[in-house]
Formats: sequence, structure tokens, C-alpha cells
Amino acid sequence: MRTKMWKFALGAVAAAAMTTGAVAETPKSGGTLNFVVGSKIPSYDGHIETTFGMIHPISPFYSLLIRVNPDNPSENDFQCDVCSSWDASADGLTYTYKIRDDVKFHDGTPMTAQDVLATYNKIVFPPEGVASSRKAFYKMVKSMSAPDDTTFVMNLEYPSGAYLPAMASPFNYIYSKKDLDEHGMNWHQKNVNGSGPFKFVQHQPGAFVEGVKYDGYHHEGRPYLDGFKAISAPKMSARVQAIEGDRASIEFRAFPPKQRDDLVAALGDKITVQESDWNCVLMATPNHERPPFDDPRVRKALTLAIDRWGGSEYLSKIAIVKTVGGIVFPNHPLAATEEELVQIAGYSKDLEASREEARRLLKEAGAEGLKFTFNNRGVDQPYRVVGTWLVDQWKQVGLEVDQQVNPSPVFYDILRKTGEFDVSIDFNCQSVINPIADVSKFLPSAGNNYANFEDAEIEALYDKLARAGTFEEQRALMREYETMVLNDKATQAITLWWYKINPYRSYVKGWKIAPSHYLGQQLDQIWLDK
Amino acid sequence: MWQYVFKRLLLMIPTVLGAAFVIFFMLRAMPGDVCELKLGGEGAYVDEAQIELCREQQGLNDPLVVQFTNFVGGLAVLDFGTSMWTGRKVAYEMGLRFELSLQVAIMATIVSIVIAIPLGTLSAVYQNSWIDYFVRSIAVAGIAVPSFWLGILILLALLSVSDALTGTRWTPPIDYVPLWKDPAYNLSMLIWPALATGYRYSAVATRMMRSALLEVLREDYVRTARAKGLTETLIVNRHALKNALLPVVTVIGIEFAFLMGGLVVTEQVFNLNGLGRLLVDSVTQVDYTMTQGIVMLIVLIFVFTNFLVDILYAWLDPRIRYS
Amino acid sequence: MSDVTTEQLEEIRDRPGLLSQIATFARKQPLGTGGAVVVILYVLMAIFAPYLTAFDPTANSYDSQFVAPNAQFPMGTDEWGRDILTRVLYGSRTALFVGFTCAIVGSTVGLVLGVGSAYFGGIVDLIFQRIMDVFMAFPLIIMALAIVSITQSLQVSPESSVYFVIIAITLPLIPNCARVVRSSALAIREIPYVDAARANGFSDTRIILRHMVPNVMAPYLIMITAFVGQAILLEASLSFLGLGVQDPVPAWGLMLRNAQEFIRTEPWIAIWPGVAITLGVFGFNLFGDAVRDALDPKLRSQ
Repeated sequence: MRTKMWKFALGAVAAAAMTTGAVAETPKSGGTLNFVVGSKIPSYDGHIETTFGMIHPISPFYSLLIRVNPDNPSENDFQCDVCSSWDASADGLTYTYKIRDDVKFHDGTPMTAQDVLATYNKIVFPPEGVASSRKAFYKMVKSMSAPDDTTFVMNLEYPSGAYLPAMASPFNYIYSKKDLDEHGMNWHQKNVNGSGPFKFVQHQPGAFVEGVKYDGYHHEGRPYLDGFKAISAPKMSARVQAIEGDRASIEFRAFPPKQRDDLVAALGDKITVQESDWNCVLMATPNHERPPFDDPRVRKALTLAIDRWGGSEYLSKIAIVKTVGGIVFPNHPLAATEEELVQIAGYSKDLEASREEARRLLKEAGAEGLKFTFNNRGVDQPYRVVGTWLVDQWKQVGLEVDQQVNPSPVFYDILRKTGEFDVSIDFNCQSVINPIADVSKFLPSAGNNYANFEDAEIEALYDKLARAGTFEEQRALMREYETMVLNDKATQAITLWWYKINPYRSYVKGWKIAPSHYLGQQLDQIWLDK
Repeated sequence: MWQYVFKRLLLMIPTVLGAAFVIFFMLRAMPGDVCELKLGGEGAYVDEAQIELCREQQGLNDPLVVQFTNFVGGLAVLDFGTSMWTGRKVAYEMGLRFELSLQVAIMATIVSIVIAIPLGTLSAVYQNSWIDYFVRSIAVAGIAVPSFWLGILILLALLSVSDALTGTRWTPPIDYVPLWKDPAYNLSMLIWPALATGYRYSAVATRMMRSALLEVLREDYVRTARAKGLTETLIVNRHALKNALLPVVTVIGIEFAFLMGGLVVTEQVFNLNGLGRLLVDSVTQVDYTMTQGIVMLIVLIFVFTNFLVDILYAWLDPRIRYS
Repeated sequence: MSDVTTEQLEEIRDRPGLLSQIATFARKQPLGTGGAVVVILYVLMAIFAPYLTAFDPTANSYDSQFVAPNAQFPMGTDEWGRDILTRVLYGSRTALFVGFTCAIVGSTVGLVLGVGSAYFGGIVDLIFQRIMDVFMAFPLIIMALAIVSITQSLQVSPESSVYFVIIAITLPLIPNCARVVRSSALAIREIPYVDAARANGFSDTRIILRHMVPNVMAPYLIMITAFVGQAILLEASLSFLGLGVQDPVPAWGLMLRNAQEFIRTEPWIAIWPGVAITLGVFGFNLFGDAVRDALDPKLRSQ
């Protein structure tokens, strides 16, 4: 197997020393894992869904072609799931995957390369009338084929650093070709037939999903658990209490710092905490079509007013955000170092100078004491908290801002459809760390850029970045792109990167925190030490 | 009598139709789109064509008249359609939650009766004494505490008390198991929300019990009984209580109808998978069909309870039938 | 019991001073008096809030996050370093504004609809009653959700989320009041002098305003006092569900919602707004009960 991917430390901190002891322990089998999920399941079809509300309870039923190593999820350490190896041609245009011959679906059908082909055809080239949410991730894919039952081949239009991370997407469940042929492309929305470590037992909508160990699982000796139960608990206080009262052992998204402190204070060493930077960030997006936000000076003033370094300290006490970063996931080799960051407007350590500059720019642009509305999303963590913080930050440079916290549908309607806002909160939240693909969010032409503007310069620069061959070239272009977006044109203002905190019952072993709440959710690595 | 029942039944139709009309157009006046939310809700890139496809599949591109006719036509045969969010039958989704909501509503009603009848009686018998004031204060306090606040305090108390007594922290279960499968487990989960809401709803019933009993105690036959020298206890137990109960039963009946759909906040605090939570979820997910279904179910329960109460009254008091 | 009435009549005849009237009321209605005291205190609190504290309720202060109650901050500070006492004091403004506005607007609209419906009778009354039935049967929460969503997307008055909340709370109150007023008004309509007034050729408006409205003032006032507490609680519930007023406006319901996260480690953040709501609603309800006892003719005659 060739491992050409970057290895990098993400600063995943195990807060408690107890986790390090887990390395030497031999996993025990047995037991049922109860965990709480703060969101709901729209459908079971990973190819069309985008929420962790589906990923957490459903992923244990499925296998992927390649996956982020659940034992080392903090790095882009990809490993085979149903393949035995993969290889890329020297020109980076052909990827060949060898498919294992001992994988069976839960209904007994053996898995072959034909199933993988049918699955990826559905994801990359969905037929008319079939939805596929991540189709755009595979723009570089030209064609695919399965020359025999153990070989799957993908041909690319151009070599791309974004390809392999996209293939490791946790949403790309491998479906059986037989199911797709017999029942149609929409069957998996309401039915489950996978080859993952657990078999589907039942789903009570709104309440829980139950799975039981699959004896024919292809990874030797796994899973360790006899089964799991994913219990729905939309209110955070209910999830925290469930862990405190041992009704559930873990929650895989994240808790704010206070909840972590609560649990540790109440239960001492019965609670283990893992923390990590998180591949999600909130940003303030001004509507470039609405004066005075068409003026780059006003937009720059917005970002200059934000005290990121201070916020990193005091905001991280009350919200799930912490790390100061640019457009790239912090600590990634492609991300800006601190020395590079402080050169960008609003990232200087001299807050007063920044705010003075902001006031000057506002005056120059004739927007002193500007009043505007800030469109926010009605989700407490971290949207509402960060919004309240931003409003206060802008007040410091004389801006008068009204926060309008809208229920999610209204929020999206304003952001995406009507575009009737002055400044709105927006976010970039991805699964596998894939900076070159992730920063496409800042392209004016991207479907999910809501700042309402066009800019050929940015487009051209990104195009160069996407096709850059070497790492050094990528990094230099990334800096240029970042400075153009955040500093020169100030198209959007990045706030703080999210910070993932997972306090859980110490008897849960084998689980390693990932930089995304979408990753490592097949649960085959988890065991209970009871 | 039958004529009155029939007339009363006919009057239910415009109410139900009116509610259907209001909810249908209210939902469509609300901003938001189930497809946008489903596909773009996590901020990922979404293809406009995918959204359009989803809207087409959900029938959202049909003219409003067609959508409304489908909705009301379905209602006529009690078919609530398919949820736009989950793709399952609305009736199936509601059925799952109905059981839990019904049980909590019944238990809360029992709690409220158990509190209201003795307290209301005490309050009336000792009218304007300190007992009366005390009872009334307790009752009024019940409606003054924000219900989610009460719920949070109960949960915290359970944690602290269990920790102090046994050394381990106990919280109520968070997954529902039907009563007949595991009564202890089921009750240890549902008793707390039932207590919280029961106490709250007992306030109105206590007040009703008090004033109804006061009224009866002034009726001529009670005076006669007093003149005959019967003890006050006997008068209250034998004569007055029975006659004062009717308005109380009415109040409790109507409250029960409210409880079926009105436990939104309590369900959130106690993590109950009931109708109230389903309702809020479906509105915030812009799931038209599901929201319509639940609202219509709640309206039907309400209208039918009112119908029963009216019939009961008419049966007891013939004057009503002719007015 | 009839001697009570004579007593009251005598009191009215003798026209005692205001103080002795209050004293009589306090003796007869100790609970109602307690309620009235709370109501007055809350009103004073709302009026004089700026004079009672030196802090700004909306100014964040990041070096005093989560300060436990002490001499400087008697109720402690919250997650943004804001003084909780100050926010509780200013919160009474939001609560009373929402409470009184909703109660008065809701009852008044209900009064107009109820009296109109009873007076005109016939098909008007029938249709009107059906409409009220629909709104009574409708789950309140969905109404509030819908109104908040619709009004917010209109962005008519972005300064204040308070107004959306008021609309959302007021609408469901209307049918309750209209129904009660209507039944009282129906009884009055049957009284011959209304017919006499009609026969004399008085206009509908005049008859309604001169003869009907004054006679339904009792249920109207009862409804207003009952609605104030209810509206304050509804505001808190809406805030809990994230649909109420928005940060940084000081409002008790919103404070409670934010405090949920900290209730374990920093209980003072969660206790005071809860106490403020409970005590306030308690006071308004006791006062409302006393007003009802005093005004309800059925109870008075007893």
C-alpha cells in the first residue's frame, strides 16, 4: 500500500493522563454501548444526507472503500476498509483498488468490486432524478470501472490532492448492487443492508437506533461490542445528565467546557476527556451587494474589530470555539503559522491599533456609527454565543448591531434564497481534512458562498491552487489566496475555529477523538472495560 | 337529545376544516424549505438541481390548490400522508409518540386530580382561613413556576439526592419502554414529568373545586341538611362533593386535551419522545405534512373532548339542548 | 352571607377614606394584598431600574466572567461578566412591557370581538364562534412558532425582537377573552333595555359603547389581570425554545435559557431570573384572583 498522504499532528490533547494507559490494554469483548445523539435521522442514505444525526447511529452498519484509521483519526491516515490495497499511477491519474473477497453483506450476499462500482456510480454519476450530496467533491473523476470482481479502477481528469481525502468520506457507504438493482436507488433511505461491524435491529423514530454485533465482519476480531444503542436527546442538558447518571456512556459530537467541568467535578476519574481542534469554523459574511458592505474598507473594519486572541481565551470558557486560524484548518501543514497570521488584518496582537484602524477606515468610508442587522442561526452552541460576542466586538468600534437569531429554516432562507441580510453568520464544517477542497468555500462562484459578489482574481488564483503539483507550491499559493480573501478584499471574516471536547465514561476504551464529528463512527474499535 | 348530538357533531366540521385551512396556509407563509434544510443544513455545498429535484419529489412544486385538496382529501379518510423529512407515513410516526404522550397525559391528570380534590375541598370548607390561604398559595405557585424551570430543578434534585443517599448518581431513563414490557422502568422515567405537569395543572382544578364546592354549599338543600343537624363532614362528603365534581371533571377533561399537545417544553427537559417534541421538530424542519398531521390530531382531540363535555352537560341539564 | 353585602353597601354609603378602604381590602383579601404589593414593587423596579444599579445591563466585561455573589455583585455575574442584579432589574422592564401589552391588547381585541359577536348575533355570531373555536383548538406553540418565523423574515423592525414576541403571545389570548366576554354580553343583550334603545333608533355603535361595553367590564378586567402573569410565563417558555427576545436584551426568560448550561457550576446565574419570574407571576396571579373575587357578580352575591 502506498501512503503518500501528509502526516501531521493536530494537537489532539488527551486532557486526562488515564487515556495514555489505554495503549497497553488488550481489548475485552462484550457489552452494549449506549450513546446519545443530539440530532435526528432524516434518512439512512449516507449518499444524500449531510448530518451527524445520521452518521452517528447509521455508520456502524456500513463499510467504506477506504476510511480514516479509527485508531489514529487525528491524522489523514487513510486505510483500506473493504479493499486490501490501493495504488496510484505515476501520473496520479489512475487509482486501482483491490477489493477483499471475504466481505459479506448482512443479508449474506458476498461483496465484490461490482458493488463498489455501483455505489460510486450512484455517488459520482447519479442518474437523472437521483440525489447525491457530495457529487461536487468528485469533479476530477473521469470514469470508473470494475474489470473483475476484486478490482475497482478510477480514472481522473487531472491529478488532485483533494481526491483521496474525498474518497475517505465517511458518508460513502458501500451498498449492494443487488439492492440497488432490485429495489431502486431510493431503497437505502428507509432500509439498511450493509457490511459494517453491526447489524441493524430496529429504529424507533425520534427515540433510538439499535444494532447488534455482526459475526461475519471482515476485520479480524472486531467489533468488540455485542451491540449499541444510539439514543436521541436533542437537549444538551439531557445528554449531559444521561452521561452523569450512566444512562449513556458517551456523546460523539461535543460538549461546551462548562459541561466538561461539571462532569469531571461530579464523577472524577470515572470520566475521561479528549479534546481536539475541530474542522469547523464560523465566519461573518457581509452582503457585498448591500452598501456600505460593497466597500472593502467597511468589510475590513468588520474583521479588524474582532479580538481573536483575547476571544480565544475568554470565549473558550463558554463556547465550543477556541483556536485562532485563517481559512485552513489550524496546525495543518498548509495552514498559516502564527507569524504569518498576525500579518492579516484583524489577527494582529495589537488590538488597540487594529481597532483604531477600523475606526479610521469606517470614517474614511463615511460609515461611522453604522447600524446594521446580524443574521444568526438559532442554535446555542456555538452560533448564538459567537453572535453575541461579535455584536459586542463591533460595538467597540462604534458600530451598532442588532442580532436577529432565526430558527434554522428562516436563517437558511435569508442566507441562501432571499439574500436579504446585511451581515450573516456562515460556517464551513467538513469531515475529512482536505484544505484544498475545503477552502473552495471562499470562491465567489462556490455554491455555498453567500457573500453575493464576483471576483475573477480570486477564481483564477484558486484554479492555480487546485492544480498545484508540489506541496511547496500549494502552500505558497494558499498563503496568497488567504491574504487575498481575508486581508486585501476582506470578503468574509473568520471568527475562531471550533474546539471539540468529549467527556465520556472512562470504561469506554479504544475511542480516539477525531478533528471532525463525522469521522471514526463505525464503532468497531470501541470496547468496554467494565 | 339525538338532535342536539347531531347538531353538535355538524358544528365540529367547520372547526376542523378551519383549522386545516389555517395550518396549511400558515406553514406556507413561513419562510424555509424542507429541501434546502435537508440538503444544505450542515453548510455543505448543494447543487441547485438536487434541491429542485427534491422539491419535485415532495410535491412542493404543485399549485397550492392541488396541495390543499390532497391534504383535506386525505384528512377525510384519515390519511395524513407521508412525512417530507423522514419519508415515513405520518400516521406511523405519530402512533409511535402517541402512546407515550397519552400515558404522560393520563398520569399527569391523575396527579392533578389527587392534588386538586382534597386541596380544593379543604380550601372551600375552611374558606378565608389560613388553611384556605395556604392551599391557594400552593396552587397559584404551581402556575407561577416556569415549567422547564421546575423540570430542571427536579432533575437536579434527583441527582443530588441519589448521590447523597447511595453514592451513585441516578437520573431517570432516557429511552422509553412501554408500560406493559417493564412497568418499573417505564414509571421511573415518566413519573417525573407527570408530577411536574400534574402539579402545574392541578392549580386550575383546585381553584375550580373550591369555587364549585362553595357554590354548592350555599344551595338550599345543603342548608336544609345543616338545619337537620347533620355534621359538616357528612354534608360535604355525602351531598356537596358529588355535585361539585361536574365542573371540575369538565376542567380536567379540557386540560387533558391540552396535555396531549401542550407538553412541548416538558418533553424537551425530560427528553421524552412525545407528540410535542415531534411537533416542534417538524415545524423547525419545515416538514409540512408532518406538522399538518400533528396539528390536526391535536385539534381533533380538542374538538372531540369539547363535544363530549357539551353532550355530558346537555344530558344533565336539558335546558342547554334548547338554547 | 347576605350580611356581607349589607356591610359593603354601608361602606359605600359611608364613603370611607382610601386608607380604610385599603385596610378593609387587606383584611378580606390578605392574599390579594400580598399580590398587589408584589405588583407595585415590580412596577417600581421597572421604572427606577437605572437608579438602582450602577452597571450597564448589556455591557460585556471579559475580566469578570462568572463572579460568585459578593459585595460588588450581590447576585454575581454571568458568562459575559454582566452584573446579574442589573439584568434582573432591567429584565422587569421587558417582562412588564410584554405582560401588560399582551394582556391589554389581547383583552381589548377580545372585548371588541366578543361584544360585537354577541350584539349582532345570527350568522355573524355563528361564523365568529367557529373562528374562535379554530383558534382555541390550535396548539399555542405552533401559532407562536409561525408568527415568530413569519415576522422575523419580514425584517420590519429589526431593532426589537420584543414586538414579534408580543404578537405571538397576544394572538392566542384573544379567543379566550372573546369567549368569556361574549357569554356575558349575550346575557345583557337579552335585557329589555337594549331592545328599548334599539326601538328608540339609537345607532349600533352607541348601544354597544353605552350599554353593552360597561356591563362586560368585569370579565374584561378579570381577563386583563389574569393574562399579565400568563404572558410573562409564555415569554419565558418561548425564550426557552429559542423563539423569544434575543441577546443582549435583558429578559428573565432569556437569562434562564442561557443559564441552563451553567446551573451546576454557577447556580447563581440560573437562580435569580427564575425567582424573579416565579415571584412576579405569583404576585400577578394572586392579585388577579382577588380582582376576580371582587368583580365577579356570581361570587360577590354569595
